[in-house]
Amino acid sequence: MFELLGVPPQAFFGQVLLGLINGSFYAVLSLGLAVIFGLLNIINFAHGALYMMGAFVSWMLLTYFGIPFWFALVLSPLIVGAIGMLIERTMLRPLHELDHLYSLLLTFGLTLVITGIFQNYYGVSGKPYPIPPILSGGVNLGFIYLPKYRAFIIAMSILVCFSTWFLIEKTRLGAYLRAATENPEMVSAFGINVPLLVTLTYGFGVALAAFAGVLAAPVYSVNPVMGNDLIIVVFAVIVIGGMGSIMGAIVGGFSLGLVEGLTKVFYPEASTTIIFIIMALVLLFKPSGIFGREA
Amino acid sequence: MKLMSSNLQTMQSEAGEPGKLLDVRDLQGWYGESHVLHNVNLTVRKGEVVTLLGRNGAGKTTTLKAIMGLLKTRAGAIHLDGTDLINKQVREIARLGIGYVPDSRGIFGSLTVMENLLLPPKIADGGFELPAIYELFPNLQERLDSYGNKLSGGEQQMLSIARILRTGARFILMDEPTEGLAPVIIQQIGHTVQRLKAAGYTILLVEQNFHFARKLADRHYIVQEGRVVDEFHNNEVEANLEKIQGYLGI
Repeated sequence: MFELLGVPPQAFFGQVLLGLINGSFYAVLSLGLAVIFGLLNIINFAHGALYMMGAFVSWMLLTYFGIPFWFALVLSPLIVGAIGMLIERTMLRPLHELDHLYSLLLTFGLTLVITGIFQNYYGVSGKPYPIPPILSGGVNLGFIYLPKYRAFIIAMSILVCFSTWFLIEKTRLGAYLRAATENPEMVSAFGINVPLLVTLTYGFGVALAAFAGVLAAPVYSVNPVMGNDLIIVVFAVIVIGGMGSIMGAIVGGFSLGLVEGLTKVFYPEASTTIIFIIMALVLLFKPSGIFGREA
Repeated sequence: MKLMSSNLQTMQSEAGEPGKLLDVRDLQGWYGESHVLHNVNLTVRKGEVVTLLGRNGAGKTTTLKAIMGLLKTRAGAIHLDGTDLINKQVREIARLGIGYVPDSRGIFGSLTVMENLLLPPKIADGGFELPAIYELFPNLQERLDSYGNKLSGGEQQMLSIARILRTGARFILMDEPTEGLAPVIIQQIGHTVQRLKAAGYTILLVEQNFHFARKLADRHYIVQEGRVVDEFHNNEVEANLEKIQGYLGI
């Protein structure tokens, strides 16, 4: 089969693997965006910067405090999530009654500010972050050499995506969240603290971004602009999956990563644009996205 | 039935002396710039079923929303068991023991019947347990896994009442529970209100359906242009039938 296609199997599987890894980041990042968009109706442009902060905080934890990767994996999302909640309370909440454009502009501005601050102190060159020793090296699967850490990224991403889906679709807390997405006034008429729910949701979405950042630290260089290019693709992913759709974010993230990888094999020239071409097609034929509810 | 009667006993013993549960004085309300409630005055005693009657747009629903805190701009005094609600937020008012059954029914379409039922947190002891709810609304038990947006209007209405009963709220604001429903469903909802009344619940009911209201209520207030303009005991209704019909335009 591979001979027919004129592609060596190693290259093929190599790109599939790379596609899945990119897809892992797309999925976790677009999931955070979807959770935030669903309840807050905010297009969180700061998501890329918060992802970068997730990576930087884990780098700082290691460099300044000697706290290893495994603790950073939990601590960094908590710290950045808390910063996210502060942002929601102090900056996004006052914009709540206004047009969504204001919160979009605010989060865009925040991206510039956050990126600028980090550039000022750390420059634009990347900071290295070591792969945790237990995950260094790899396994030869015969048809492909699988680095352990890359497999770990995919596994963690699937785990986090599934847990988030479960939390939102199958638990009591998730039911509050879905109900508040639909009719916040009615939810508050039951005695539920909706503003707190909003803050926690934003914090959770931000923590997901930071989590992706921690995962990215050992494979991509930790630098202030690491989120910039990624976030544009992630926005395309959520448009394709359907704004605010949890399933759309997860399935869309992984499959578009894969599509991108396969395009690199068969038509490398289009590999950076394929997602945007799909986005344009989806917008033309199903504007609410593949998993989105019709408006 | 067993659960119902045990509910009944606890309600009555806790209801205590019949006193004013809700006391609304000179209530004013605004939707943005427009002044929609002018001097609404009404009281509801513990264990009473009181209706707000009036034509479309008279301010009945707005009065309920103002009591619940869902109307953002309001003035005057609303006392619930001595606590002033006027500066309280919606969620605080709900926590004081008011259950709200809105005219839109407020069912969450993306949640299942079970999730809708379990959504409102318990705010007091003595609410209905699930078996008692199923006994009251057998239709709901058959549809627990259906999504809210798949229910008929009557099922939505029952669910809207049922989920409030679970919370332990003793005082229910019910907004046009019969609107757009078939006579047989209206009858079922009427029975439900009667059973709640017998169990010591206090209900403030907004109704357009006067025939439904007069079978259930102890007293009726007439709302007109954002004011309470008249009040009748249910036993005065017969003597004032023409007057009431004049108010309601029927």
